[in-house]
Amino acid sequence: MLRRLSKEQPENFKFTKVNLNWAKAQLKKYPKGRQASAVIPLLWRAQEQEGWVSKPAIEFVANFLDMPEVRVLEVATFYFMFHLAPVGSKAHFQVCGTTPCMLRGSEDLINICKSRVNERQKSLSSDGFMSWEEVECLGGCANAPVVQIGSDYFEDLDKDSFEKLINDIEKNNTPIPGSRKGRFSSEPADMTKKYSRKKLSFENASIERFRG
Amino acid sequence: MTTKKVKINETVHDFDENLTIIQACELLGIQIPRFCYHEKLSIAGNCRMCLVEVVGGPPKPTASCAMQLKDLRPGSDGEPPQVLTNSEMVKSARKGVMEFLLINHPLDCPICDQGGECDLQDQAMSFGFGKSRYTEDKRTVEDFDLGPLVETHMTRCISCTRCVRFTTEVAGIDQMGQTGRGEDSEIVTYLSQTLDSELQGNIIDLCPVGALTSKPYAFSARPWELQKTETIDVMDGTGCNIRVDSKGNRVMRIIPRENHSVNEEWISDKSRFVWDGIRVQRLDTPFKKTDGSFESISWEDAISLASEKMQSGKTTFVAGDLMNVEALYAASRLCEYLEGSKILGDFGASCTLSSRSYYVGNGKIEDIDNVKNIILLGSNPRKEASVINARIRKAWLSGANVYRLGLEENLTYDVEELGCSFSDFQTFLDKVSSKKSFWADTLFLVGYGFLDTKSSGAAINAVRSIVEKYKSKFLVIHPNASAVGSLDLGFEAVSSDKQKFLSEADVVYNLGCESVVPDQKCFVIYQGSHGDKGAASADLIFPSACYLEEDGIFVNTEGRSQYAKKAIQPPGKAKENWRIIRALSEKLGFLPRWFDLNGLRSSLFEEIPIISKPGEIIEVPWEKAQKEKRLVSKTILSSYLNEFYLSNSICRSSKIMGKLARYRNSTRIKEAS
Repeated sequence: MLRRLSKEQPENFKFTKVNLNWAKAQLKKYPKGRQASAVIPLLWRAQEQEGWVSKPAIEFVANFLDMPEVRVLEVATFYFMFHLAPVGSKAHFQVCGTTPCMLRGSEDLINICKSRVNERQKSLSSDGFMSWEEVECLGGCANAPVVQIGSDYFEDLDKDSFEKLINDIEKNNTPIPGSRKGRFSSEPADMTKKYSRKKLSFENASIERFRG
Repeated sequence: MTTKKVKINETVHDFDENLTIIQACELLGIQIPRFCYHEKLSIAGNCRMCLVEVVGGPPKPTASCAMQLKDLRPGSDGEPPQVLTNSEMVKSARKGVMEFLLINHPLDCPICDQGGECDLQDQAMSFGFGKSRYTEDKRTVEDFDLGPLVETHMTRCISCTRCVRFTTEVAGIDQMGQTGRGEDSEIVTYLSQTLDSELQGNIIDLCPVGALTSKPYAFSARPWELQKTETIDVMDGTGCNIRVDSKGNRVMRIIPRENHSVNEEWISDKSRFVWDGIRVQRLDTPFKKTDGSFESISWEDAISLASEKMQSGKTTFVAGDLMNVEALYAASRLCEYLEGSKILGDFGASCTLSSRSYYVGNGKIEDIDNVKNIILLGSNPRKEASVINARIRKAWLSGANVYRLGLEENLTYDVEELGCSFSDFQTFLDKVSSKKSFWADTLFLVGYGFLDTKSSGAAINAVRSIVEKYKSKFLVIHPNASAVGSLDLGFEAVSSDKQKFLSEADVVYNLGCESVVPDQKCFVIYQGSHGDKGAASADLIFPSACYLEEDGIFVNTEGRSQYAKKAIQPPGKAKENWRIIRALSEKLGFLPRWFDLNGLRSSLFEEIPIISKPGEIIEVPWEKAQKEKRLVSKTILSSYLNEFYLSNSICRSSKIMGKLARYRNSTRIKEAS
């Protein structure tokens, strides 16, 4: 996939106050003169803030870390996790298209994306709220097919539940991440009743905490 | 240095254990094919062409450029590790790598400028497969604009990243990089910027394929039809070793030769691309000025007119910046005969430069690699000696500190500013005067700015007494190729009274100098190759050969005399410089002992033995420094060269240099606004 900077670029980029303080703290992790090591965390933070990595963001990070812009561009174009073009302001669907998800119906999800979001991936929907892309394995194969939005996984999707997910997002109803078939985790699908959420809460305390 | 026994193929040798396998093989004369590895650049290890087999090592071939000997494990019975460079495994590995490299490489050798001197072509012939098994479409890559010097054909790129490493490491510019990944990785400049470096031409030589080729040379010749002449560059005082490729009587291109003591294997863009100026604005017949316009006359008339004028009055000889030692020597013998005076045209010093221990110093260019502290005094090596600047940058990268006295300018490395005047220098001297270890590991690089300012005498004396006391080194950076040669021959580097010298003279014999403005009343004879300011102000013009058109000796900034060879014939009636002066001497009644260049040289070497050994520096006795005086002058040191690309008459005639100068100025203006 040829990755280039988007033609449309914002005027400038600035970290929010919180992110700026966070970024300054990151620098202290590295020895003096080695601050360039923080380039990936900073780019990621910039993407979390804006949704994508813009040219001003690349230049800001380069300036912040005192490294040549082209070195930051190299990193930003190397990793597919960095979006180089604007993504939907409400959601950017990352539909897993790798074999397990494909066998479990991810092609249907992609067709829905094509009809409801945009014919082409990585392009905004007409209202600018949504965009989608097909990604390689998200590592949620046991709960295939999987769609990732931001840092949330939506699992066990089918046509209907994915349509509903898109509807929810359009109506600004925040969807709850996780399985769409009532599974708690990646336990066998027919054992959902046996291991209800309550019963498992003790064993999975760490996961609960992780979910916040 | 710890040595290690390593068996390479069938023989065991002792090596420095820090060597890589490819370096060790090179010492034994074993050729290992490579694309990305270059001994002057960092190791990338991404082309995989240099694979060798390490017996008992991992059961796969090893990249010999990235594997150090100390990492090789001994055999099972403690015998030395064995490396095979020609086994079946290695051969098939090379074949495989070659096949992969050629998958996406276009088969456009017939229209590629690299054809005939292409590493990929050669290695495909020696180590590759005879045919391709690949039937799918090839990849194409967009080209980008690198400026007026380097042409890009990025589809041919094999991603060795030599160009990226060169520009970042040696040239010190951070514009090139490799973006994307896998099949889509491409070499780019950030936002398609053009390169802002005076060493960018070297990436043409470094590129192992035809992805980066020379724009001015494009489609003009094939390497096998070129006549190759190994000679010396005169665009600056470094004396870079170059090879001139000519076809018929035309110079087609200039490329560097390797000389570790002088230019390593780089040359500046000025040296490389000046060749189009050789044919332009040439003086091809003697001219005489009558009523403000020039008319051509015959050599006989020109010589007799000159001798008539020179017999009648006092003659001052002015040495230009591109003149070889032979011509200067012939001129200075004639000057002695005529009891005239001889001065340097393009440089004046406000202090006496009586011997090489003043105007050359005790340092060498190679010393830059070995010292801890480099102090630049009134010199801008980026403009005055770009290749030396790359060397200083190399030293800085490996930990040397650079200090500068003079005007601020980007030199591609960090410098500690000492100020701009001699009094600032005195403050610095007071601060570190007692640190013996500091001075012992220091090299002073003295520029013309330092020598041509009020009270330079005391300043150079201060430097010399430190050099004497602490055994530090100092080296004068001369931006002009003929400067050291002229000074060796006793041409005077007068500064303030240059005008006085010229006004006293009745005849000024100008040997290719463009910067002097003689009095209206005196008769000016200009001997040079190009019609420029010097020729325009002359009354009589002797057309002569330029540096590629005659054999000659040039003494570089460190006092190394090097032989330039004739590559092409001078145009029209232009003659070799020494021949013109000899004919004139004869006419004036002075019969030199020599009749040919060899005779001239043996007479020259007898008189000036320090330049008699080609390619070597002969040490001269050190003249004791005088007692130190405090430096109080607050005059700001000047900078000698302002326009890098237009510094002498040949590059002022070159279209490419003019383009570059315009280009550079326009980007500077853009940056400023």
